[in-house]
Amino acid sequence: MIRTINTDKITETIREMCIEANHFLSKDMDKAMKDAVEKEESPLGKQILCQLQENLQIAGEDMIPICQDTGMAVIFIEVGQDVHVEGGSLEDAINEGVRQGYVEGFLRKSVVGDPLIRENTKDNTPAIIHYSIVSGDKIKITVAPKGFGSENMSRVFMLKPADGIEGVKNAVLTAVKDAGPNACPPMVVGVGIGGTFEKCAIMAKHALTRDMEQRSEIPYVKELEEELLEKINNLGIGPGGLGGRVTALAVNIETYPTHIAGLPVGINICCHVNRHIVRTI
Amino acid sequence: MDKYISAPFKSEEMKDLKSGDYVYITGTIYTARDAAHKRMYEALERKEELPVSMENNVIYYMGPSPAREGRPIGSAGPTTASRMDKYAPSLLDLGLKGMIGKGKRSKEVQDAIVRNQAVYFAAVGGAGALLSKCIKKSEVIAYDDLGTEAIRKLEVENFPVIVVIDAQGNNLYETAITDYQR
Repeated sequence: MIRTINTDKITETIREMCIEANHFLSKDMDKAMKDAVEKEESPLGKQILCQLQENLQIAGEDMIPICQDTGMAVIFIEVGQDVHVEGGSLEDAINEGVRQGYVEGFLRKSVVGDPLIRENTKDNTPAIIHYSIVSGDKIKITVAPKGFGSENMSRVFMLKPADGIEGVKNAVLTAVKDAGPNACPPMVVGVGIGGTFEKCAIMAKHALTRDMEQRSEIPYVKELEEELLEKINNLGIGPGGLGGRVTALAVNIETYPTHIAGLPVGINICCHVNRHIVRTI
Repeated sequence: MDKYISAPFKSEEMKDLKSGDYVYITGTIYTARDAAHKRMYEALERKEELPVSMENNVIYYMGPSPAREGRPIGSAGPTTASRMDKYAPSLLDLGLKGMIGKGKRSKEVQDAIVRNQAVYFAAVGGAGALLSKCIKKSEVIAYDDLGTEAIRKLEVENFPVIVVIDAQGNNLYETAITDYQR
């Protein structure tokens, strides 16, 4: 059976999600931030984390975006193959949702229409859209507005197979060390291992949208996530980069088959305002 | 140590601000980020006057989200300072005394801070809602067409910042992390 979904529904959903994501952290991130206050040993670090708690409260109560960088709207959309979209182009409907959300929701317009001419598009479009076709008759939408303080510190390393797991660890630690205070720690580290040049970067981005408490189902990857989190926190960077024990809240890793000649590693760093919400239509 | 200071600054006060101090700023400061810095830099190259005097002033690297009705400003936290590194030394040489942002600075900026007895402060990144409460007035005074990147004159009250690089060249980002490394 084919199920029909109108583009108006998609636009309205994305509009709401852009506004919600920029004012309220998802439950898993909220919990991770509360736990961080308990864990932090540095007095200044603790003070910063408490200010971030206060910031989240003000954001929700007064409807002021958590961070002024309300991001470029990154959207993962999984379209069931039994869905028929009517009412116009899906891509236009998504961008219209972003436009309405950012304009009507008092969110910052941070997108320039051309990377070198750099004129602001004034409505935060276009979004960055990652489509996938899945089984079923639903559309699952993840909205993850991404700030660029941390985006700018993200990296892709094309390692050699001989570099192995130690090479991966070094790559992640190098990226986090270089990011330091620029990425607004405590950060979340998304990692994609394998695939191709672009696949590892997209996996790294997608990994940031995973529930903070959920570890990889692959035993060695789960261990790697835990080991890297400990090593990152041992760097001492701390909240705001001003010293402390909580530098990262989580390391989320995705993997994919790759070529006999390669070991691509993508590292997408996100600040503590790791916005990701999901709705299914 | 907690300190209270009014902006614009007085040159003789700068030596009393030490790396690691927690400082509350009250008074007038100006916002400028990437695009405004590029324009100011190009104006200087053409030997034109800047839209705002740098003398004893403070620049906040910030581009706010839009204000809801009845409020002076939207979310208003710091942006990454290193993108302004190319332009900052020229402004410091013109008398700029304070910069508020987040993240590392280049050697050239650090040298210009010491040479001109200025200070680089960090505000807490990602605390834009909280920081907006310390901004009592906001007015676009130049480059209006740049939208969020326009130069704004802000009246701030007890705006909380931390001294990262002081006039002696001490850098908190380098010293603070060693205590918590394992």
